[in-house]
Amino acid sequence: MIKKYDAGEYDVAVIGGGHAGIEAALSAARLDCKTVMFTISLDWVGNMPCNPSIGGTAKGHLVRELDALGGEMGKAADANTLQSRMLNRGKGPAVYSLRAQIDRRAYSGYMKNVVEKQKGLDVKQAEIVSLEKEGGLWALTTRLGACFKAKCVIIATGTFLGGRVYIGEVNYESGPDGNFPATKLSQCLKQMGLPLRRFKTGTPARVARDSIDFSVLEVQEGDEITEPFSYQTKKPIENKVVCHIGYTNEKTKEIILKNLDRSPLYAGVIEGVGPRYCPSIEDKIVRFADKKRHQMFIEPCGENTDEMYLQGMSSSLPEEVQLAFYRTMKGLENVKVMRNAYAIEYDCVDPTALYPTLELKSFPGLFGAGQFNGSSGYEEAAAQGLVAGINAARKVKDKSPVILSRTGSYIGTLIDDLVTKGCMDPYRMMTSRSEYRLLLRQDNADERLMPTGHEIGLIDDETYAEMIRDVKLKEKEIARVKSVFLPPSEALGELLQSLGTVPTDTGANLADLIKRPQISYKDLAPFDKTRPVLSDRVCEKVEIEIKYEGYIDRQLKQVEEMKRLESKKIPEDIDYGSIHGLRLEAREKLGKIRPDSVGRAGRISGVSPADIAVLLVYLSGIKGEDK
Amino acid sequence: MSERTIAAISTPKGEGGISVIRISGGDAISIAERCFRSVSGRKLSSLEGYRAAFGKAVRPDGSHIDEAVALVFRAPKSYTGEDVVEISVHGGVIPARECLAAVFAAGAHSAGAGEFTKRAFLNGKMDLAEAESVMEIISAKNAAALRLANGAKEGRIGKDIERITEKLLFTASSLAAYSDFPDEDIEGLDKESFSAMIDESEAAVKKLISTFDSGQAVLLGVQTVIVGKPNVGKSTLMNMLSGNERSIVTKHAGTTRDIVETQVNIGDITLILSDTAGIRETDNEIESIGVDRAVKRVDTSALVLAVFDTSKPFDGEDMRIIDLIKGKNCIAVLNKCDLPKAADCSALRGLDTVAVSAKLGEGIETLCKEIEKVCGAASLSADDTVLLNERQYSCAVRAQNAIINAKEAFDSGVTLDAVTVLIDDAINALLELSGKRATDEVAEEIFKNFCIGK
Repeated sequence: MIKKYDAGEYDVAVIGGGHAGIEAALSAARLDCKTVMFTISLDWVGNMPCNPSIGGTAKGHLVRELDALGGEMGKAADANTLQSRMLNRGKGPAVYSLRAQIDRRAYSGYMKNVVEKQKGLDVKQAEIVSLEKEGGLWALTTRLGACFKAKCVIIATGTFLGGRVYIGEVNYESGPDGNFPATKLSQCLKQMGLPLRRFKTGTPARVARDSIDFSVLEVQEGDEITEPFSYQTKKPIENKVVCHIGYTNEKTKEIILKNLDRSPLYAGVIEGVGPRYCPSIEDKIVRFADKKRHQMFIEPCGENTDEMYLQGMSSSLPEEVQLAFYRTMKGLENVKVMRNAYAIEYDCVDPTALYPTLELKSFPGLFGAGQFNGSSGYEEAAAQGLVAGINAARKVKDKSPVILSRTGSYIGTLIDDLVTKGCMDPYRMMTSRSEYRLLLRQDNADERLMPTGHEIGLIDDETYAEMIRDVKLKEKEIARVKSVFLPPSEALGELLQSLGTVPTDTGANLADLIKRPQISYKDLAPFDKTRPVLSDRVCEKVEIEIKYEGYIDRQLKQVEEMKRLESKKIPEDIDYGSIHGLRLEAREKLGKIRPDSVGRAGRISGVSPADIAVLLVYLSGIKGEDK
Repeated sequence: MSERTIAAISTPKGEGGISVIRISGGDAISIAERCFRSVSGRKLSSLEGYRAAFGKAVRPDGSHIDEAVALVFRAPKSYTGEDVVEISVHGGVIPARECLAAVFAAGAHSAGAGEFTKRAFLNGKMDLAEAESVMEIISAKNAAALRLANGAKEGRIGKDIERITEKLLFTASSLAAYSDFPDEDIEGLDKESFSAMIDESEAAVKKLISTFDSGQAVLLGVQTVIVGKPNVGKSTLMNMLSGNERSIVTKHAGTTRDIVETQVNIGDITLILSDTAGIRETDNEIESIGVDRAVKRVDTSALVLAVFDTSKPFDGEDMRIIDLIKGKNCIAVLNKCDLPKAADCSALRGLDTVAVSAKLGEGIETLCKEIEKVCGAASLSADDTVLLNERQYSCAVRAQNAIINAKEAFDSGVTLDAVTVLIDDAINALLELSGKRATDEVAEEIFKNFCIGK
């Protein structure tokens, strides 16, 4: 029995210094809460144990939204970008997604310094081994017996909580990247009655740069014109590296299939559920058996390291098998593995035990964020960290909670999905998770969320004023474009024809021309004599909002409908057991999750539209009786 | 809410053989007991479900109202899924009303419109689509209407819609996967397979929409007007079709001065048949009002039966009628075929014509077949899915428009994220149609059309 000592009192304590923990700790401290952040190793604050990259499809949206609300991730990524690309350029503005290769050690150092410098935030290297309620406060005890008190606690333990690493037949207790795991806290949380479960995730090998033959691989360059994640980043983003693309082949497949019985997953050793949308290479080969080859991206881990990350090649096969199948690939014939691929299994909570504020329903003052809540990905983690941090701070300050809506943000969608639908495997954000993609674009994240960020107190007046100025410029320009008429001319006809669209004999309204899919706002600049000089950011919005006006309006109508169901509140004391028209499963799920609105009820898995119809009619009956 | 026990008269208002007072809810049996004395002395609460007792309906003070039969249903085996008692008294307004008053006095609340069915729905006895079709079953005007409504109750529409929405959902998810996994070199949805899926969905929705008019003809009846100049035999035809002397027939032109209506079942459809004043120039003020009304009725009717007397050559007034019916859904009835033909029928070219002798009843069968054909009912087979009402129709049209827009957008090169918005709209409209996507309006719309007592 170790001797405990009193180590001080805080408003908010954050367990974990990863992407969720950082945002949680920073936002709480910035909202004037005395905050402490615990990390198992101070050298690994803001570590990227998997991809050396931030953003990507839908994840780029999350980073922009996080930034608009006053989060740190976007700025840190911009400051440490090695290469920047806007994905999905040809697929429409709803799915444009920014993705940047990041210097991971530089990023970690940058973030460590940000949390160190943050006023009101103490950063401590310590393993929290127990958590208990004491006299209205939470008491957190470290392995060495220090006892901290806090009004609110945010659990952001990532893959450290009960972490176990698997490589082939070998497995051992471990955190990511060779850190030691947090083993004691799991037991404590289980005893408290938190619904914990096992998830797993995996990462590919890091290999030595000089052991790769780049001459036979496709090069992937960064964008010529780059954009930062953060609205506040003014320095242009430079591309410093290139990535490469390679492929698996029949031989790779053969080796993997031959050794499948040595995979802990297929041998049944791992109980944790892996991410469906981020499968290991052995998973991909088994699941997509008829696919001839799988793509691999070779990404540098930093400017001052030779470690290269093999995206798409995560595996939990034995080390020798990994080496063998990596070496079947063109360009990797003589590859030297520096760190092997591995799977890691960890404890997390069933997120349906959380409110949309990310507070646990049964444990007031206790919040969860990141992988602990069943998500996967740095961006998903950071987004939740911010929301948990804001809500913990607001609870301390006795303010109303902040719940982001599904119709207004990907962050809101992410949290709503987690707490309402729950998740059966690590949850990854995708654009298809949102019903309102055309409204929730990465280009308008600032407009959508900065007002909230400003109101909460995480966006300063100056930045907010700049955004409002941009919005006014955009609106003025859209009105102007709609009123400009371009007379017919030979030059205009030629331009239209060269862009593959029909020329106009009678001239045309500028906005109508921009609505044609083949024509961009910039294309028509030479004919648009009164066009003002505007920033690229504003120009992009002008173009999108004109071009997609009709579709955006349609989606706005869909949002209205959704909001109506969302505003249909369910009384807290409703007895689902007495509504016989509900199917048994629906009765159980509704009783467990107790959604606050019909809209939310409809998103619970196991609650069918027919059940919702029953609920609607039932509720209309209750209303009728009040009359 | 189902704690409240409700009651209403469930048979039509007015005189009839019997009237039924239906009581439903947790206290249905004990309430009924206070209003009913069985001859055998057995209490209703001692009866099992599906058992009846003979006795009398009484007021709370024990005074006699009428002889009655009480039928007991035990939850959940009843229409509403709750305990139900149905008390049958002699038909006629007074016994039923008195009995209902007694039931209210014993503690039952007045049932709202459709409340019994609403409870059946809430208790899981039927889904929204079934509840909606119950309404159509009640108001079925003929055997075919009943068949269609029953088809709907069995969820036939739901199955059709499901097939279309599955196709659209697959399309939408292919589009989404294409953007969500840029690294996974997933093939973009190729133009041909996208177009094929969209075309198939559109054709299916179009087919569904095309059933609406013929379905409505079957379900609601077809507003049909008989027009013609005076004395060509309009009223004789009307009486012939309806099988009774609905219109007064004389040899005097201008006998029918106002519109005379009747309902006639012809095969699978019901005609709401209007006989009108003969159309001619007239100085008689009353007759000319009748003529104006006849002309207007042609505009508002779904089917026109234009009657011509072929035993005489066509004159200016016949030609005026031919003008009037141009572009209408019309059958030219060539009457008096029993007499030698004197008319040159070339002016009727392009119209469906049937030769009849209304007086002798000749050609009536052919006319009936033609009417069924024109109304589309002939093409409806027993297991066709039809759209039941305006609500479903407007959903189907919304879906069709969204699908057409999606196709146009895709073809003109609009990016897939925007095309998806349109496909989502189509899916939503279809799910709303089948009651699979419940909005509060749908739930309210469906029950508001019910009458009290159902």
